[in-house]
Amino acid sequence: MAHAVEEAGPARPLTMADGTPLKVALARATRRSKIRAFLLVAPLLLFILVTFIFPIVDMLMRSVDNPEVNEAIPQTVAELENWDGEGLPQDAVFAAFIQEMGDRSEGQRRNIGRMGARLNYEDGGFRSLINKSQRAAAKIQDDPMQFALVGFDERWEDKATWPTLDALAETPEFAEVLPETAALLRKWETGNSPFAEKTPKPETYPTLLTELESAQADGSLDRLLPLVQAENEELAALLEKTATGAGEIRENPLRFALVGVDPDWGKPRTWTIIKQVSSPITFSYYLNAVDRTYDIEGNIVMQPEWKQIYVQLFMKTIYVSIGVTVACLILAYPISYLLATLPPSKGNLLLILVLLPFWTSLLVRTTSWIVLLQTQGVINDTLVFLGILSDDNRIEMIYNMTGTIIAMTHILLPFMVLPMYSVMKTISPSYMRAARSLGANPLIAFVRVYMPQTVPGIGAGSILVFILAIGYYITPALVGGQDGQLISNFIAYHMQKSLNWGLAAALGTILLAGVLVMYWLYDRLVGIDNMKLG
Amino acid sequence: MAIPSYAGPLERVWYYLYRLICAAIFFFLIVPILVIIPLSFNAEPYFTFTPEMLRFEAEAFSLRWYADIVNNEQWLHSIKNSFIIGIASTLVATSLGTLAALGLSRAELPAKSLLMGILISPMIVPLIITAAAMFFFYSAPFGSDFALAQTYTGVILAHAALGTPFVVITVTATLVGFDKNLIRASNSMGADMPTTFFKVIMPLILPGVISGALFAFVTSFDEVVVVLFMAGFEQRTIPRQMWAGIREQISPTILAVATLLIIISTMLLATIELLRRRNEKMRGVTY
Amino acid sequence: MNHLLKSAGVAAVALAAIGYAGTSSAETLTIVSWGGAYTKSQVEAYHKPWIAQTGDTINSEDYNGGLAEIRAQVEAGNVTWNLVDVELSDAVRGCDEGILETLPTDDLPAGDDGTAAAEDFIAGTVHECAVGTIVWSTVYAYDTTKFDTGPTTIADFFDLEKFPGKRGMRKTPKANLEMALLADGVPSDEIYDLLATPEGVERAFAKLDTIKDDTIWWEAGAQPPQLLADGEVVMTTAYNGRLFNAIAKENKPFEIVWDGQVWDIDLWVIPRGAPNMERSWEFIKFSTDTQRLADQAKYISYGPVRKSSFDKILPEMQPHMPTAPDNFKNPLQNDFEFWADYGDELNERFNAWLAS
Repeated sequence: MAHAVEEAGPARPLTMADGTPLKVALARATRRSKIRAFLLVAPLLLFILVTFIFPIVDMLMRSVDNPEVNEAIPQTVAELENWDGEGLPQDAVFAAFIQEMGDRSEGQRRNIGRMGARLNYEDGGFRSLINKSQRAAAKIQDDPMQFALVGFDERWEDKATWPTLDALAETPEFAEVLPETAALLRKWETGNSPFAEKTPKPETYPTLLTELESAQADGSLDRLLPLVQAENEELAALLEKTATGAGEIRENPLRFALVGVDPDWGKPRTWTIIKQVSSPITFSYYLNAVDRTYDIEGNIVMQPEWKQIYVQLFMKTIYVSIGVTVACLILAYPISYLLATLPPSKGNLLLILVLLPFWTSLLVRTTSWIVLLQTQGVINDTLVFLGILSDDNRIEMIYNMTGTIIAMTHILLPFMVLPMYSVMKTISPSYMRAARSLGANPLIAFVRVYMPQTVPGIGAGSILVFILAIGYYITPALVGGQDGQLISNFIAYHMQKSLNWGLAAALGTILLAGVLVMYWLYDRLVGIDNMKLG
Repeated sequence: MAIPSYAGPLERVWYYLYRLICAAIFFFLIVPILVIIPLSFNAEPYFTFTPEMLRFEAEAFSLRWYADIVNNEQWLHSIKNSFIIGIASTLVATSLGTLAALGLSRAELPAKSLLMGILISPMIVPLIITAAAMFFFYSAPFGSDFALAQTYTGVILAHAALGTPFVVITVTATLVGFDKNLIRASNSMGADMPTTFFKVIMPLILPGVISGALFAFVTSFDEVVVVLFMAGFEQRTIPRQMWAGIREQISPTILAVATLLIIISTMLLATIELLRRRNEKMRGVTY
Repeated sequence: MNHLLKSAGVAAVALAAIGYAGTSSAETLTIVSWGGAYTKSQVEAYHKPWIAQTGDTINSEDYNGGLAEIRAQVEAGNVTWNLVDVELSDAVRGCDEGILETLPTDDLPAGDDGTAAAEDFIAGTVHECAVGTIVWSTVYAYDTTKFDTGPTTIADFFDLEKFPGKRGMRKTPKANLEMALLADGVPSDEIYDLLATPEGVERAFAKLDTIKDDTIWWEAGAQPPQLLADGEVVMTTAYNGRLFNAIAKENKPFEIVWDGQVWDIDLWVIPRGAPNMERSWEFIKFSTDTQRLADQAKYISYGPVRKSSFDKILPEMQPHMPTAPDNFKNPLQNDFEFWADYGDELNERFNAWLAS
């Protein structure tokens, strides 16, 4: 063919008046008009990218971001690098940890608060552990012994221990063997007055430890112990054990003190979790969003039973969305058909009945349903008035799943009717007439001839309603009560109440992915350019 | 859809039954909206019809809940806010959206469906995700000195972003039947670009632009999720105020506000209908 | 003489406020509280006199308690609330987390009988980051038209057989878990020790399980009297002041059951980084002086936290206070340290429990 063309025409290229080849000029003109078209779109594109797309990407990043532990206790994290994970971490970890936890500056307090929240997602109980330890850390820095004694033996925390010791301090033997402790205990305000102190003076603890140690060394403790034993055997054992262990306590006061604040600090598991959560990126929010979590070895396991709510919630959201879509479909089909087949003058009038709800504020419509459905509302009142219901047997139709489904169906119905109507309007009535005249009965004619032609409308409406339903927030929040809450409501809950923003972002990402799949499907089936409004 | 003359008796029964079903569905659609209108005139602070109301006794009706709105500074403030934010975001959305629609309707535009997808996305992404994202980003986009959350600017920009897809869609739809030769004619007669735009293009696409603008306005006027997340006390809009009212205790004042909103939406609907008809007439579409 | 001294004190406070107003221009404060009748009492007793003296504008915003909103504002670096009325456990917790400003509490004015502030405030009502205002209580009330003989104990609240009908409870574990254990026969001084153990939490939730299907959960303080009035519930927990308002001011047929009341205090806090910090502090000093606290008790039955305000409470209000001897027979003080430590975990647990 090319050969034939060459032969047919002159062999020189076409040119413009100014001599540039036509091909080049055309390419230039096309490029110019391409650029011009793009420049028209560019301002909006930039606007949407900056005000919309970028914020969403930014939020999605939060679902893997994991800075909390590193920001709050960087030294401790660095020290934990050197821990082999066997037994308890080395003393340097405890020292760094107490140092960082005891910093009462506002910025550091905030970091620690965030860390406590973050750790709590991994293991319930961390929040209180961190709160408690934060308050104690400053005290430990001043004087570790009060907590160290408890860390050495929990009995030092028993309610009876110190009062018993206080009573014994009155005896001459006690005053002789442990003179300064006795003096300090005498200064302790006990009793029921408003000035009563719950614990002895802070200096009592280190003094007791020093005196116990020296009393055991010079043998004087043996004189005191029988006396204590007569009063309280366990206390005597405790004193003896503490005297023996005094050296050990003095060697690692911080470790004992921290364990004294909470025995959990004496468990390697606690430190393993802190080490795990100190990595800068995490997938645990996504795991959490599908009811899973890491165990102590880093394996993925199910959450404890009472925490498994999200998979169920996603399923519920999908079921409700399908339910609402089906309900809308069933209600929309007959009236769309009616609207499409009535003469335009009547049809347009009836169309207003669809368009008015469509244009009416969402909150107005939700309010209406509250007014209609509540137990003292219009419907119940009417039923009671008509004698169908007795006054104390009113039906609960709102603040539960029923309320959510009814209100959502009403609100989304126009989104089903409008695309369906616009498809049905293009279907010529002659097909049906033809089918009937060929002898089909009305039902068969309708099902076999008319309905297949409405499939595009059904598809468009259904996907649109489903997309809107799956991300619904306002209506379930207002009329859903407890069991009518959907995934959006939990995203809002984690955004605003629990402030677990990572989990909110992870749940949001999963929801968004689902919606985008539906959007893609819609685009393939209907084409976004063909979306009709009003 | 008149009943065909060849219909049998069964078909006749079905015909009336079908009409009945349709009537019930229309009833379901419209009654919830209408029912609160008379209730907003209830003299008692209840949400049901009192026996006196049903007997149409004059004392059972009152305007007290409307007086409540007028006397309540918060309601007045929120009404003012709704209009400020709605109009400002509509202006931004309409100007950007119309320009973009002009570009999108040119065949030469590269990567058209990708661009369209991005520009329409604010309409598709669930509002809760949009709201959450905007809350973070607008709080401290480039350090807290530039924080847009809890400012009018922030809310207006957010609402403008939500409104643009509607403008893009309606204006693009208007441009489908647009005869490009008119632009060429205008250009060849020596008109420059702005003149062509305002004298030739604009009058023709105006119905589309206005209905797009109305959609954008309603989007902002009815929007509450983004406002909940990123507006402060100062920027409370009508839906935000209603939300607070419904969550705490629905006072009949809310029904009065709802009634006013229904009147506004009826007016908007009427405007859109007129525009649509005008547009169809101009493009020679008839029934 | 005493009277004279008091008047002099009032005059001094008033003068100080006027003097302050004279030196600086009018400002805008956003003050956040619990809405409804309670906010109304604060508007009458605090805001109006403050506005009259300073010319400031006060935006009164409502919330339903908790630290979430404050934390969100501080974390996002965009604080618009100047002052917030919070519960004690939240004040302690917020202070620990550094999301509240520390306050110069030594600067609080003396009572108008001359008692220094440190002595005048009830012990535990002035905190590093917070200054107390009222003593309030979570109690339950029932609709007297629904029962011939009404419930009298906290256990009756959980007894669906003897007292059938819907219950209302606040949508939070706080006070509910305590009431559940009290109703289950746990003595009040063992409640928090027990709740700190997993078994105690199990037991409390098990007790709540018995009425879960018959319970409507409320969030705003204005809701429970409304729920009772609408007949949506036959009995509900509520803040005692809201019930007082419904009973005394709106003549509703409700009866309060004081057995097992859980009492707490409310305090003013300033979110960290809030604008106008100095003005807010002036407002705190003003609103927690003797007269203002006593005034508030005119409008709602919450007790003042200053001893010097007690004498000034109207006699007709006395029997409605949570601390009135007849009401204070089996009270439990909300343990703020417990809730500061365990609040988040129990909230999470509670929400999961609600959703399941």
